[in-house]
Amino acid sequence: MIHSLFLINASGDIFLEKHWKSVVSRSVCDYFFEAQERASEPENVPPVIPTPHHYLISVLRHRIYFVAVIQSEVPPLFVIEFLHRVVDTFQDYFGVCTEAAIKDNVVVVYELLEEMLDNGFPLATESNILKELIKPPTILRTMVNTITGSTNVGEQLPTGQLSVVPWRRTGVKYTNNEAYFDVVEEIDAIIDKSGSTITAEIQGVIDACVKLTGMPDLTLSFMNPRLLDDVSFHPCVRFKRWEAERILSFIPPDGNFRLLSYHVSSQNLVAIPVYVKHNITFREGSSQGRFDLTLGPKQTMGKVVESVLVSSQLPRGVLNVNLNPSQGTYTFDPVTKLLSWDVGKINPQKLPSLKGTMSLQAGASKPDENPTFNIQFKIQQMAISGLKVNRLDMYGEKYKPFKGIKYMTKAGKFQVRT
Amino acid sequence: MTTMQKLLQLPVNAVNIVKTVQSQVQGQEEAKSPVLTPDSGQQTWYNALPDELRHLRSPSGTGGGGGGDQEERATLEEGGGGGGGSFQTQPLRHDDLKEMLDSNKDSLKLEAMKRIVAMIARGKNASDLFPAVVKNVACKNIEVKKLVYVYLVRYAEEQQDLALLSISTFQRGLKDPNQLIRASALRVLSSIRVTIIVPIMMLAIKEAASDMSPYVRKTAAHAIPKLYSLDPEQKDQLIEVIEKLLADKTTLVAGSVVMAFEEVCPERIDLIHKNYRKLCNLLIDVEEWGQVVIINMLTRYARTQFLNPNINESLLEEGGGGEKTFYASDEDEDEDEEKEKKAEAVTMAKRKPYVMDPDHRLLLRNTKPLLQSRNAAVVMAVAQLYFHLAPKAEIGVIAKALVRLLRSHSEVQYVVLQNVATMTIKRRGMFEPYLKSFYIRSTDPTQIKILKLEVLTNLANETNISTILREFQTYIKSMDKDFVAATIQAIGRCATNIGEVRDTCLNGLVQLLSNRDELVVAESVVVIKKLLQMQPEKHSDIIKHMAKLTDNIQVPMARASILWLIGEYCEHVPKIAPDVLRKMAKSFTNEEDIVKLQIINLAAKLYLTNSKQTKLLTQYVLNLAKYDQNYDIRDRARFIRQLIVPTEKSGALSKYAKKLFLALKPAPVLESPFKDRDHFQLGSLSHLLNAKAGGYQELPDWPEAAPDPSVRNVEVPEWTKCSSREKRKEKKVEKPFYSDSEGESGPTESADSESDSGSGSESGSGSEDSRSGSESDESKEASESEEEEEEEEEDLKKKKKKKNEEKQLKKPVQESESEQSSEEEVRKPERKSKQNKSESESESDEDEESESESSESESEDSEDSEAELKKKKKVAPPKPAFKAAKKENKKEKKEMSLLDLDDFEPAPSPQVTPVNTFLSNSLVTDLEGLSLSDAALMPATIAPSSALKSYELLHRITGEGLSVEYCFSRQPFSPDANMVAVQMHFTNNSTSDTKSLHMEDVKLQSGMRVKEFPEIELLPAGETATAVMGIDFCDSTQAANFQLCTHTRKFFVSIQPPVGELMRPFFMTENEFKKEQGQLMGMNEITEKLTLDVKCRNEHTIVQKVTTAANLSRVPCGSDKECSTPPPPPPPKHPIYRFAGRTVTSSSLVLVTVATKDEGAAQLTVNCEKMVIGTMLVKDILLALTQ
Repeated sequence: MIHSLFLINASGDIFLEKHWKSVVSRSVCDYFFEAQERASEPENVPPVIPTPHHYLISVLRHRIYFVAVIQSEVPPLFVIEFLHRVVDTFQDYFGVCTEAAIKDNVVVVYELLEEMLDNGFPLATESNILKELIKPPTILRTMVNTITGSTNVGEQLPTGQLSVVPWRRTGVKYTNNEAYFDVVEEIDAIIDKSGSTITAEIQGVIDACVKLTGMPDLTLSFMNPRLLDDVSFHPCVRFKRWEAERILSFIPPDGNFRLLSYHVSSQNLVAIPVYVKHNITFREGSSQGRFDLTLGPKQTMGKVVESVLVSSQLPRGVLNVNLNPSQGTYTFDPVTKLLSWDVGKINPQKLPSLKGTMSLQAGASKPDENPTFNIQFKIQQMAISGLKVNRLDMYGEKYKPFKGIKYMTKAGKFQVRT
Repeated sequence: MTTMQKLLQLPVNAVNIVKTVQSQVQGQEEAKSPVLTPDSGQQTWYNALPDELRHLRSPSGTGGGGGGDQEERATLEEGGGGGGGSFQTQPLRHDDLKEMLDSNKDSLKLEAMKRIVAMIARGKNASDLFPAVVKNVACKNIEVKKLVYVYLVRYAEEQQDLALLSISTFQRGLKDPNQLIRASALRVLSSIRVTIIVPIMMLAIKEAASDMSPYVRKTAAHAIPKLYSLDPEQKDQLIEVIEKLLADKTTLVAGSVVMAFEEVCPERIDLIHKNYRKLCNLLIDVEEWGQVVIINMLTRYARTQFLNPNINESLLEEGGGGEKTFYASDEDEDEDEEKEKKAEAVTMAKRKPYVMDPDHRLLLRNTKPLLQSRNAAVVMAVAQLYFHLAPKAEIGVIAKALVRLLRSHSEVQYVVLQNVATMTIKRRGMFEPYLKSFYIRSTDPTQIKILKLEVLTNLANETNISTILREFQTYIKSMDKDFVAATIQAIGRCATNIGEVRDTCLNGLVQLLSNRDELVVAESVVVIKKLLQMQPEKHSDIIKHMAKLTDNIQVPMARASILWLIGEYCEHVPKIAPDVLRKMAKSFTNEEDIVKLQIINLAAKLYLTNSKQTKLLTQYVLNLAKYDQNYDIRDRARFIRQLIVPTEKSGALSKYAKKLFLALKPAPVLESPFKDRDHFQLGSLSHLLNAKAGGYQELPDWPEAAPDPSVRNVEVPEWTKCSSREKRKEKKVEKPFYSDSEGESGPTESADSESDSGSGSESGSGSEDSRSGSESDESKEASESEEEEEEEEEDLKKKKKKKNEEKQLKKPVQESESEQSSEEEVRKPERKSKQNKSESESESDEDEESESESSESESEDSEDSEAELKKKKKVAPPKPAFKAAKKENKKEKKEMSLLDLDDFEPAPSPQVTPVNTFLSNSLVTDLEGLSLSDAALMPATIAPSSALKSYELLHRITGEGLSVEYCFSRQPFSPDANMVAVQMHFTNNSTSDTKSLHMEDVKLQSGMRVKEFPEIELLPAGETATAVMGIDFCDSTQAANFQLCTHTRKFFVSIQPPVGELMRPFFMTENEFKKEQGQLMGMNEITEKLTLDVKCRNEHTIVQKVTTAANLSRVPCGSDKECSTPPPPPPPKHPIYRFAGRTVTSSSLVLVTVATKDEGAAQLTVNCEKMVIGTMLVKDILLALTQ
């Protein structure tokens, strides 16, 4: 399966390599660099690159390319999914997954990679197990380690891998038993020029942070499970129970994990919480363009739309902009032509607007294309689909846990075409 | 330890260190060994190693190494002189690290190891530290140990000999009571790629494979491919281990061992048989990565072991309903027949009428929940499994899951979209509901955009093309020019695939020619050119249009392209082309160079086709070009002048000028680059690259006949292959069976031939039968020996004629003969089952036999059976009578055999019966309309009208023998006038009675209602019944879903009405009609132009087609001039047909007008308050009239 792994940073340096079978020379990455050069944007590098003797499968995360070298037939998604899992693990361990973090923790990285793959085949990818094998570095532990000479590697060998519940370690103990669930929904939408919705979908996830002693068995039920059109589960969820009763029943992993991700069908009407009024015009023959953008709330169910950020790639012909935001700040990068406007909260009484002029290249004809606006926002305390958790019950343990649930709606890929 | 430290201060002395390590490893008092003294000199470890090896292999034999040391010393001294010099040059920069590694403190060692690992990670060479590191392999500190392992695995291959030193540590580890230590020891041991330890590894793997701990067994499974890649010769032994581990029942091992299986022996599919069911059942609990591997392997397995579910279905349908599959169209009849037989055989092979092997079903059922996995690779694996293995109707489930993956990282999207693109070509319908999920966002990376575009193009059809084109329009404005170019190509493809929008697309593309971006223009021109080349009949229109555009379009590229087009197709625009040339000649001097070149080109082409009009113009253009500033243009002009203007000097080439310029350019083909990709297993790397990757296992084609399913039985087989085979035989027996008895009773039968023919025909027809199972009848005929044919020809002719009439009459008379034949009957299947196995043998046997024995009856038999068969095939009507006769036959025979028990071997009567019913199934359906069904008809039923189209509600395969069809009877449903009457027709094809047939669990859209049909208490085997139910569809075409329940099973079914059934006829006069029509104008009126099919241009067919498509009544023609008033005056030239109806639920008027015009042109107008119904109705009627 996976032969070797190379980590390549944005400037094209290979800063980490790991081989699981015989060593593959790093010159194999030259093919990758070639492809990288050909691609105009970093994300346009094809994920699979064939070379005479190997295939390179890469993912780009946090401006680092993770390039896996494989030699024979393997499902490409298998490798891609694994590489993403590696990145997730790094993020979990080091908080961030940057070149610096990886270089600082190179030994832990190596130990992790060693545990995650055996002969190129995934071995332990469950974070609970890995954490038992290799303790994540913390400041305290690093200090203690340097003084006492003890190690990051678990003295006890993991039990989880051998138990019936491979995702949960045994002997978990907490003084405060808590279980928090975050229902986060993202709206993916395309709004056309006239303001009508071309497509809108809701993607939701339930992220959990469970810190419970022992082996709790939880059930989570919804008020309106019918809303969920398509779901994918953490392996801990009992599928049969969901099929039959639409109840999530599971023994949770310890700590943070994604319990469920779901999709609310596009057949349902999706409430669009913001609207955009725009008037962007370029006049033929003039080197000026008008720019007028107003945001307003729509179907927010009385909640405040906050953390609003509008960004847009302006046409290449635009030299500079001179805009006046009624609130927040805007930036424009004359090189990349990227306009971004940090709006903040939308106050329904006083709608935020961004008005002004754009200066175009003198003599250039007016651009054909109109920019597309990408909008980000957040709405707290609300799941836009109307999904509601009914109750959470715990079996198998005696204590009373503290249970919390939080709802949030965010913009996913929310685009407004003009 | 002091000695050791001293040693290390010396220049690297490998041997010594080796020695040290060994002593440390073995934990013996060897530390004081004489070898350790400094005087041993400098030495490469390469020399020393053979001895070391000896130690390792026989540690006990050397008794602490005493004897060996002596020898070793000798070697060392020997090599000392030569090797010394080179070694001194070794870099010493890692001295500090070595020192740290040799210290007593674990913390120092750890620090050193960390630095070394960091070096390895950066790709720095740390191989010179090998000796220093390797001796720490036995370190107590776990982290140090782990890092040493990391180092070892990385460098062992380069320094094989030294690596051997660590091995005894691992060997000890393998015996550790702690399972995890055992596992990790095996892991590292197997990861050291040193050929010499292969036997040790083999031993370790074998031992670990039977370890108590599943975790160790898992590690053993992981070690198998490692060893295999190291030494492929171990394959056989490894397969044994794999076989053993495959039988393991824990989920932990399953994934790893299947992975090993795939790497070592993917061709040994037989190893899976016994474990198949277990793997299917364990699947959901296996870890995600293992699931992927197992699913992929099982896909391949299923392809070799089960029958194609889709082929079966279509063939059975063909057998039952007479529906032709596309296979039937281009293959000759025998093959059809053969397939049919095969399909029948398959059904016969099962006790119940399952299409699918239960194991096949098991796989599909158990993988389905995994579509819900969070792991994209698992979802994709299941999706490809369904795509390759599931019946067509069930594949749809994967679409939703795949669409979900589109929200994942862009790399995942990339792979998924590639696969979706391939799937959409074969099964477009599956992704149609998710069309919008493939809409493109400006933030998508270009490669994703292009793939999405591909999917959108594949999904485009008549209904959604307008939305797709609107979407494409926005894409054309994108800033990403590569993407715009791809969009234009996509539009071109939509235009070629969907005739309706071709003009719209062309117009849109023509507009794009004025785009400022050259890339867009170039791409549009290319696409327009392709489209034009494809439909030459429409050339002139568009070319004329483009010619007009030359006045406005300024982009040189576009002007040039247009000129090329006009030149290329100047014959289609003979009047315009010279005029364009005239205009161009006028502006020649002001044009851009590329335009000038095309002007010259155009002039040349016109000169060749239409020299009369353009001679002067061409001369003029060429003269202008002659003095152009650009030398290219001057060159071209000179060249062309020489070529086209005949002069006495012009060479041979000018003769070919026409050929050169007006050569036919081949029309380009616009098709998806994903067209034939599905021959690669989806989700595979090979599929993604569209090229075979190393180690790719071809997805085998479905087998012709299912291999023995009993191989998967772990316990006592329930029903085995041979039983099924016997049944199959039985079926085939029938043909010779009847002809047999007939032959004997035939007029040419001689008295003494009976005994002879007994043996003769037995063997002969036996082999004959066996062949008929696999071969076509034609070939049978062909192979018939000629002599026989000559002899028997006459008789045969007679017999063929008589056979049908005589059949029934003859039987009762000829008791003894038929007795005998029945006896033969019974014996034949047995023989056949034997002979079937060696088909080729029996064939040759048969030849011999027929030559030597050539008994009359034998040849007769076979000929007769053929004749009979042919008749069956060709003449459908006589079939029922035929069959009935057969049935009769059988009964009689049973009776007869009762009389003469001795001759009658245990007759397979219970087996014969199902066979009979199977055959008569189709018979019963054939007879439905006749007397048979009368008895079964319920009082409420309405006589079926032949004009009504019936739809399938439940196929007899899915319904396990119960098949249900329904039709819209178009009668008022008496209990509730707002309901549409649906007449259901039940047929019980199974062998057992179906009881209490009723419906349950009706799921409806709001507002819809259903009046259930009365429960049918009993539907005996082979019988049919009819019932009527009412559905109020609320004037929508939403399906009514409900469950059809029998006493044992429930089937989900749904009835979706065609829009034409949602109305009932309404009588009105022409004046009323016009009045009503006047009130339903504007939005309520939908008009479509159409060209009537040649076949339906007369009144009768138009009326018939419209009334079939929709339940409407014709509005009689009144005093209008258009109407066809009685005889004398000829029917009006352009009659108008009007139809009226009201929707069932809301009684809204539906008015349809078909106004005919010249040459089959017509205009269809539908006026209806309900716009949705109107639009759909227009579509339906349009379809009915144009096809």
